[in-house]
Amino acid sequence: MINRPLLKKLTLTLVAWTAALIMFFPVFWMLVASFKTEIDAVATPPMLVFKPTLENYAAVQQRANYINSAINSVAISMGATLLALALGIPAAYAMAFFPTRRTRSTLLWMLSTKMLPPVGVLVPIYLLFRDVGLIDTKAGLIIIYALMNLPIMVWLLYTFFKEVPRDILEAGRIDGASRRQELFYLLMPLSLPGIASTALLSIILCWNEAFWSLNLTTSDAAPLTAFISSFSAPEGLFWAKLSAASTLAIAPILLFGWMSQRQLVRGLTFGAVK
Amino acid sequence: MMTALTKTRRVNTLPLITPSVLVLFLWMVVPLVMTLWFSFQRYNLLNPSVKGFAGLENYKSLVADSALWTAMLNTLVLVASVLGVTVVLGTLLAVLFNQEFFGRPVARLLIIAPFFVMPTVSALIWKNMLLHPVNGLVAFLTRSLGLEAIDWFGNWPMTSIVMIVSWQWLPFALLILLTAIQSLDNEQIEAARMDGAGASALFFFIILPHLKRAISVVVMIETIFFLSVFAEILITTSGGPGLATTNLAFLIYIRSLLEYDVGAASAGGVIAIVLANVVAFFLVRTIARSLEEG
Repeated sequence: MINRPLLKKLTLTLVAWTAALIMFFPVFWMLVASFKTEIDAVATPPMLVFKPTLENYAAVQQRANYINSAINSVAISMGATLLALALGIPAAYAMAFFPTRRTRSTLLWMLSTKMLPPVGVLVPIYLLFRDVGLIDTKAGLIIIYALMNLPIMVWLLYTFFKEVPRDILEAGRIDGASRRQELFYLLMPLSLPGIASTALLSIILCWNEAFWSLNLTTSDAAPLTAFISSFSAPEGLFWAKLSAASTLAIAPILLFGWMSQRQLVRGLTFGAVK
Repeated sequence: MMTALTKTRRVNTLPLITPSVLVLFLWMVVPLVMTLWFSFQRYNLLNPSVKGFAGLENYKSLVADSALWTAMLNTLVLVASVLGVTVVLGTLLAVLFNQEFFGRPVARLLIIAPFFVMPTVSALIWKNMLLHPVNGLVAFLTRSLGLEAIDWFGNWPMTSIVMIVSWQWLPFALLILLTAIQSLDNEQIEAARMDGAGASALFFFIILPHLKRAISVVVMIETIFFLSVFAEILITTSGGPGLATTNLAFLIYIRSLLEYDVGAASAGGVIAIVLANVVAFFLVRTIARSLEEG
């Protein structure tokens, strides 16, 4: 006779893994399709045993737009993240270490800017961008994404900075460190893990953003989200190639996401759930 | 001594905070004012000769247009359905994943994966590989059960969109509710068990009340995102068939970037902003409360 705790654990294992596998299945199915030939990919009944091929990955690499879009995604995510960090770190530093009566309301106000639905301001942003020539440029998306994520980043950085022991900064001040030195040589190295995970969250959000990228780019500055959507028009059957392109597009962010689960919860709920 | 030190070094924080506040202020106010302004203008990009103050005309024609009400209803159905699915399943899965079982860390990684898949990719996976009426896996499964293959996006368009968006956001609800459950005091549960509380009593009288705030945060944050669902619709149904999956976001997109009617689109935008603000009000209040608690 099996003991009850073990039986319970086995049942839980079965149920939980069933749920996990169902949820992961679409990603898995895409991954499998990326190693099939185009004909195998659309075969009915679906092929589970097939001769794997890497030809789709080779074909994707050869498409000029793909490489261009991948570069755009990297450049835009990095650019927007750096810009937001440059704006956000000083603000979070000031609010965490020199709080005033207004600090709390400033934080909440910043947060409230995040509540503006993008569709509500699509028209003016589109027209402004058209007038200053920012449509379909990397700079345009970098600005939008930096502004879009700035509230979350200030918020996260603020919570991380508050966890830095104040004594260390005080000691630095007694030794005569200027405010700039304090920020660059004490605070930033001390809270590097926090800054890194803030940056990671920003990169994830920029990489997957699909409202502004679809509406404000056409070809030159199109990141991977927009590139992938160009496959939605049924111009022949390219499922296997699409799967390969998609797999490459989501792989880095999936890894980043898995690495930063904890900070993700904190960042996305503005610290309301820790 | 320390307070004295901080006090003697009065720091001017203005140069540090101002850049962030200023850009966010511009980012919020400029487009907002422009949207409001355009919503009272006759302004069509295709017809530059038609210009001038329109008064409430854009709003009147928008309200008279049945497309707006269809879109509002669709938005409501989409938001409510996905909220229902993600919160209920998310809570159950969070309880499940809080238990000990074999391979939990790996199962956890797998189940949260959909959240990191970009919307355009998940829309295409579902459209081409799962729900496609001829080559899709679901069509194969229903056919092997002896049933007809279902044309999901043709006959059940809203259900299909709800499935896709739920798949993407269930991991978000799970992740947050799981984090919240883990902060539950184990001694409290043990004590309740000692007193003879069964599994369902434990769930309804201890776990669920503990999750109240986390659930309301999930509901509010998801609502703000679901009000603007766009890529999934653009890629799978383009708002159709007819207007069956046109939500407010998609209607504004049609009016502005496809029909170039800036005035009408802006009036729609104002409605979207008002809707989001109702939710935002409660969200900010909840978060402010948690800020005070530290």
